[in-house]
Amino acid sequence: MSMTFVEKILAKYAGEKNVVPNQIVTVHPDHLLTHDNTAAIIQKIKPELKEYGVCDKSLSIIVLDHVIPAASEKTATNHKVIREFVRTHNIENFFDVGAGVCHQIVVENGLALPGKLLLGSDSHTCSYGAVGAFSSGIDRTEAASLMLTGETWLKVPNSIKMTLSGKLKLGVSAKDVVLHIIGDISASGANYCSVEFHGDVGQFSIEERFTVANMGVEMGAKNAVFLVDDVTKKYLGSIGISGSSYDPIYPDGDASYMQELEYNLSSVVPMVACPHTVDNVKPASEMDGLEIQQCLIGTCTNGRFSDLKIAADILKGKKISPNVRLLVLPASKKIYQDALRAGVIETLVESGGVVLPPGCGPCLGAHQGVLAPGERCLSTANRNFKGRMGCKEAEIFLASPATVAVSAIHGRITDPREVIKK
Amino acid sequence: MKVWKYGDNINTDMLFPGKYTYTCSTAEEIKPHLLEDLDPSFSKQVKVGDIVFAGKNFGCGSSREQPVVGLKAVGIKAVVAESFARIFYRASINQGLLLIECPEAVKAYSKGNNIELDVDNGKIIVSGKTFSFPKLPEEILAIRDAGGLLAYTRSKLKKR
Repeated sequence: MSMTFVEKILAKYAGEKNVVPNQIVTVHPDHLLTHDNTAAIIQKIKPELKEYGVCDKSLSIIVLDHVIPAASEKTATNHKVIREFVRTHNIENFFDVGAGVCHQIVVENGLALPGKLLLGSDSHTCSYGAVGAFSSGIDRTEAASLMLTGETWLKVPNSIKMTLSGKLKLGVSAKDVVLHIIGDISASGANYCSVEFHGDVGQFSIEERFTVANMGVEMGAKNAVFLVDDVTKKYLGSIGISGSSYDPIYPDGDASYMQELEYNLSSVVPMVACPHTVDNVKPASEMDGLEIQQCLIGTCTNGRFSDLKIAADILKGKKISPNVRLLVLPASKKIYQDALRAGVIETLVESGGVVLPPGCGPCLGAHQGVLAPGERCLSTANRNFKGRMGCKEAEIFLASPATVAVSAIHGRITDPREVIKK
Repeated sequence: MKVWKYGDNINTDMLFPGKYTYTCSTAEEIKPHLLEDLDPSFSKQVKVGDIVFAGKNFGCGSSREQPVVGLKAVGIKAVVAESFARIFYRASINQGLLLIECPEAVKAYSKGNNIELDVDNGKIIVSGKTFSFPKLPEEILAIRDAGGLLAYTRSKLKKR
């Protein structure tokens, strides 16, 4: 029987020869990601942890990234409780404050590999499709249960095949592509579905695939995946993972998809997602001139080296508008160090940027870079929901690092193609 | 019984603002902030047995259990929506909050309509008109019937 990517991987993990959409299967994931929410998770299962312990000390990946460094006595206590849990149960994969955003950490440390299955109590767990893994978000009670039993159920989703063809134009990025797609199919357009990207995807680096897969959940997808190719193999080789340590999964050529969509990349333009939904997408040129007070370059969506480099190349020798704050948020310590060595951080700071510690920072409005009523923020993050950055009377616009960098100079939303002309 | 009616794409930030994520975890701490940025009257006026009606993609956004715990704690009998986001859907199964995916019922509803629920038979009656919704698969009903996922997991661990 022909199967899609998700059908094959769920069949493998369920120990079945075939599975079909809507079938319920029991799986044992390779890893379970939790972050600052680990304190609340373990609180739920205190007696059981005492009696049974965790089922597998290599299952959990725990990263402190959401409110770091701690913003209050309460968040500091959360962190302390998590560190004690990690020590007591000898959790093998723990990353303390300053390591980076959990999703970046998982990929960068080779914890997500082609053909592996990961679940996490964070909606952007879908990011690891960038390297050909199946990964999906769950809630934190389910994470608690997984810590104890190592297993859960999954419904086999329908699959959507998205074929991306043609070549991106100068000044247009993977972020614009995913915003374009979400604008096309809506924030619920891929609800409950597995999204496979096909076509001319060889032009996208792992970093760019990460941006696209990361936003799979913003179209409602269960997972979003780029199939393993030379780009994937080369990336994994660069972080010390040899080809013999993973087993890629490919869909059958005649697999059956619920929907097949085609996108012509050469017609994609720089896009902006306007308040207060991610699918409220417009070309940046239409938003041109709208004043902004804060710019954010970073997060698990666009906080990688190439993102910071694009911004630095635009901002080199220039100053941001005096009416704008520019926050820079490297997605990991490694990226931060690479950007330091390459002079990227120096350029961003000289232009007026403020560098925040690697983590989630202002993205969820819990601390750092919170907005005031009436303010507008142009951000490279993945969500522009009302109140998301801590203030319900503020507005959040989402765009690519290039759009944010160019707009920071002008203090207004600006189409980056006005500057990027080579 | 009051029906609280909302639109499409009601996300978890609207249901429970992210800024409280790491400061509120118990039901009592969560309750006053429920739907704070969507409908400030909700937390003040909601009563046990009320129903929420919504459009497409209810609960989209972050993996955030607090709104589920909160809606359950204030006594919401069911959330009826055209569709749900999947993490919210799973969280509701795990907490025992009843979600009903029934776009026809949502479209048929208008303010003041009488609502009756027959969960066992998968029926919702809106102002006299009956609509069906599919039953959950057996494997998932077992979680709900155990009283939520943690109770289910505890009984599974005891049997090992």
